[in-house]
Amino acid sequence: MTLMWILLLPLLGTLVPLLAAKWNRSACALATALPPAIALMLVLLHTEQVLSGNTVRFFLSWIPLLGLDISIRLDGLAYLFSLLILGIGLLIILYARYYLSERDSMPRFYAYLMLFMTAMLGIVLSGNLLQLWMFWELTSISSFLLISFWWHKAEARRGARMALTVTGAGGLALLAAFLLIGQVVGSYDLDVVLASTDVIQQHSWYPILLVLFLLGCFTKSAQFPFHFWLPNAMAAPTPVSAYLHSATMVKAGIFLLARFYPALSGTELWFILVSLTGLATLLIGAYLALFKHDLKGLLAYSTISHLGLITLLFGMGTDLAAVAGVFHIINHATFKASLFMAAGIIDHESGSRDMRKLNGLWQFMPITATLAMVAAAAMAGVPLLNGFLSKEMFFAETLHQHLLGSLSWVIPVLATVAAIFSVAYSMRFIHDVFFNGQPKGLTKTPHEPPRYMRVPVEVLVALCILVGIFPAYLIGDLLHAASASVLGGAVPEYSLAIWHGFNLPLMMSILALAGGTLIYVNRKHLFDFQNTLPDVDTLNSFERSVKSLIARCDQFYQWLDNGSLQRYMVLVLLAFIVLAGVPLLELDTLWGGRDELPIDAVNATGAAMLLIAAFATVVWHRKRVVALLMISVVGLMVSIAFTRFSAPDLALTQLSVEVVTVILLMLALFFLPHKTPKQSEAPRVVRDISIASMVGVLVGSLSYALMTRPLSSISEFFLANAKTGGGGTNVVNVILVDFRGFDTMGEIAVLGIASLGIFKLLTRIPVFKPSSDGEGRPWATERHSLLLSTVSQSLLPLAIMVSVYIFFRGHNLPGGGFIAGLITAVAIILQYIAQGVDWVKERMNVEYQRVVAIGLLIALFTGVASWAFGKPFLTSWFDYFDIPLLGEIELASAIAFDLGVYITVVGSTLLILASLGKMTTSHRPVHKDTI
Amino acid sequence: METLFACCIGFLTACGVFLMLRGRTFPVVLGLTMLSYAVNLFLFSSGRLTLRGAAVLGTSEQYADPLPQALVLTAIVIGFAMTAFLVILAIRARADLGNDHVDGKLPESEMSKKESR
Repeated sequence: MTLMWILLLPLLGTLVPLLAAKWNRSACALATALPPAIALMLVLLHTEQVLSGNTVRFFLSWIPLLGLDISIRLDGLAYLFSLLILGIGLLIILYARYYLSERDSMPRFYAYLMLFMTAMLGIVLSGNLLQLWMFWELTSISSFLLISFWWHKAEARRGARMALTVTGAGGLALLAAFLLIGQVVGSYDLDVVLASTDVIQQHSWYPILLVLFLLGCFTKSAQFPFHFWLPNAMAAPTPVSAYLHSATMVKAGIFLLARFYPALSGTELWFILVSLTGLATLLIGAYLALFKHDLKGLLAYSTISHLGLITLLFGMGTDLAAVAGVFHIINHATFKASLFMAAGIIDHESGSRDMRKLNGLWQFMPITATLAMVAAAAMAGVPLLNGFLSKEMFFAETLHQHLLGSLSWVIPVLATVAAIFSVAYSMRFIHDVFFNGQPKGLTKTPHEPPRYMRVPVEVLVALCILVGIFPAYLIGDLLHAASASVLGGAVPEYSLAIWHGFNLPLMMSILALAGGTLIYVNRKHLFDFQNTLPDVDTLNSFERSVKSLIARCDQFYQWLDNGSLQRYMVLVLLAFIVLAGVPLLELDTLWGGRDELPIDAVNATGAAMLLIAAFATVVWHRKRVVALLMISVVGLMVSIAFTRFSAPDLALTQLSVEVVTVILLMLALFFLPHKTPKQSEAPRVVRDISIASMVGVLVGSLSYALMTRPLSSISEFFLANAKTGGGGTNVVNVILVDFRGFDTMGEIAVLGIASLGIFKLLTRIPVFKPSSDGEGRPWATERHSLLLSTVSQSLLPLAIMVSVYIFFRGHNLPGGGFIAGLITAVAIILQYIAQGVDWVKERMNVEYQRVVAIGLLIALFTGVASWAFGKPFLTSWFDYFDIPLLGEIELASAIAFDLGVYITVVGSTLLILASLGKMTTSHRPVHKDTI
Repeated sequence: METLFACCIGFLTACGVFLMLRGRTFPVVLGLTMLSYAVNLFLFSSGRLTLRGAAVLGTSEQYADPLPQALVLTAIVIGFAMTAFLVILAIRARADLGNDHVDGKLPESEMSKKESR
């Protein structure tokens, strides 16, 4: 649990500065420093355990099914990074107290900083891949907030956006890599993954997942060609640069390389990708750093170069190289953080970071100058400082590798070249800023910073010197423990000493120092040459490419989603053709072995009428009334087909729906144009006919293939249990109201919702009432035909009686709630047509919305009622009763459910048709509040 | 018989699809209605074709498959609800937008024709 607190304390710490905002600045800083200080102590509590090679774990199962657990794991590497994060973090808090001006919101800054600290600790302490990734993304987001802290500056916003885009994209690649690793290994647990080296490396996905993984690492750690975001992130306040962009966040990529070193390294691909990327970054960073006039720019490129160096070390694949890599992580964090802070002090106290203006600062700030010079010397690799030691180890390792076969000698040479430039830019940092004449055009006179602002620098520089002189004594154990967890066990013999005798690495160091001095002295020629090269503005070109990418996506999107229904329909249909066509192509024969029924004359005639009517509908589709008549013939034929093929319930339903649909479409035509203008050009018609025929052929073939295959259906169960279990002999109806009652419940709910939606759509519709039909003839003025009204009145009771009969017999013979409901609805609609809205309204003033609601509620309560008997929802019950006069009849609870269906159908149908019909009268549906 | 039935389904589908690809709302409604006939027949045919075998117990030896029938029955009713919704939507769209094109606006070729008149 103490492990959990290491993470929780900084997280809670994000609130502390916000709560302490009212106090004075020092108190606020102190309060903020408290949680990380306690967390640091908690880490130190585990020192003995970790340094003796143990791993401390904390595990909390969260969603085990998805492999998501809260897992914290403190081993040597995590311990080292936790020390760096918390230790340097504390120094940064102190430093920022003096760095931030009165105008900056200090609580906000500290809150972001603590959030970042939590995220970073989360990365190094995670024992679960997905959890690690979450913290990884959190570092990207919190670093975005920190870089854009001075959001009023355009460059800060742009730099932050760029950093977020690059590292965020890398984060997605990393997620993909983690998911692949999880698939390959079968677990997201870090311990399991690290122990599955062979499984991962022999899997065919290894190249893909490695590349994705490295994309994540390289973007975060600013490796070439993704290095460009780091210099632009220098728009951040200097404490951020010192913390995120030298000591911690940019090390996250390197940390991941180290963390997964046991599982992923050791292959040819790893060597090539990691070491060559590292080498390129090392060289490019070192070279470009020399030409930066901005102090922080120089340090940023130098950071890139050093990150490249560490990457190269991890890429070389020897155990000693990995140890050197870990060592250089520590050393770089100390000297680079102190250099950034020194640069911040110079900026703060002299008002400029431009090395062309800054000269001769030694006389103004001798102490800061001394500190900066020591740190810069460590960066250059001067003996007796920590940078020298790890650089020696690096040189030694470059001499031992055989990565490039016979060309392997190139690597130590290039390493020396990079070291030469590293010495040159370090010299520039020292000489150009602190000596080299007098300051030019500074707005204020430089002076020493406040006492405590210098303390963090002093602490780090002291570490540089102490580690440089007593390496084995000071960090020998720590380095050993961290290297052990990188290498997954055995650590090779190495000696942490200043003096190894006159050997090749020492020669390389001396060469670097001499060459660097030479280059610095003759820098003018190099600067002249560099000035002839075109200047690349990475920020602008990056934003341009992002913009053009967005524009291209936009174009594609506009093309795809142009708001045209016809376009969507074509795309969907084409997709259908492909998806349905391909499996059919693979099928050998359509015929599936079932003998066909013979064709008789009635069926043939029916089919012919169906086909002719369908064809006529298409041909005359622009004459809308004719098309409507034709399509009703199709519907009639369909219901006859249902009758022929043993589906009386379907035939009845189709027939009554047909009537309602035709009335509805007739009514609709009153409001819509009666003719469709000729619109489609010939090519469009040809295209549509081809698509339609292809779809038709596919559906027809599918249907034939289906029908000629032997049937094995679950319906045997329904047939066997309809009478005994559901109490009815009409199996279709028993399925509807009993076996699949829940489905029916949903379906009548859909019906109700659709009718309510229609009602709503028709309210407050703009008034437009065509006065004439499509031919220009005025609508007939006489109200209602006498003949029709007389007949319809006498028909109503008859129709209601029929529907009641159909309703009751439904359980045993064709019929039921759906059909009865439609018949009732048609009968009432007939009254509307024959007598008019007013007449009906006088006699039957019902709000159909309520009818729908009542129907749904009846169905629902029938279902719920079975709970009262301890049965599941919608369990039906039936029994036989002996009623005088009627004899023995059977009553089933399903009939109550069917009654709900009946009422819903009546209500919905009438709501739809009556609402539309009323549109032509004064009873138009309107909002009550608008009356 | 199955061949004829499949041909009918295919032809109804083709007609429905063609009408649905038209540019005005009413033909699209007709197309959708036609397509739902086809789909209902298709679903129904998944229970195979049976003559004189209505799924009413005690009326015959060989029963038609009742399950697709039950599904199609509700599909018919819901199909009606959806057609109705579409029709009302078309009316509303015409009232609000002033035309009955499915995209809510007349294509440019037609606009220019109107202007030149």
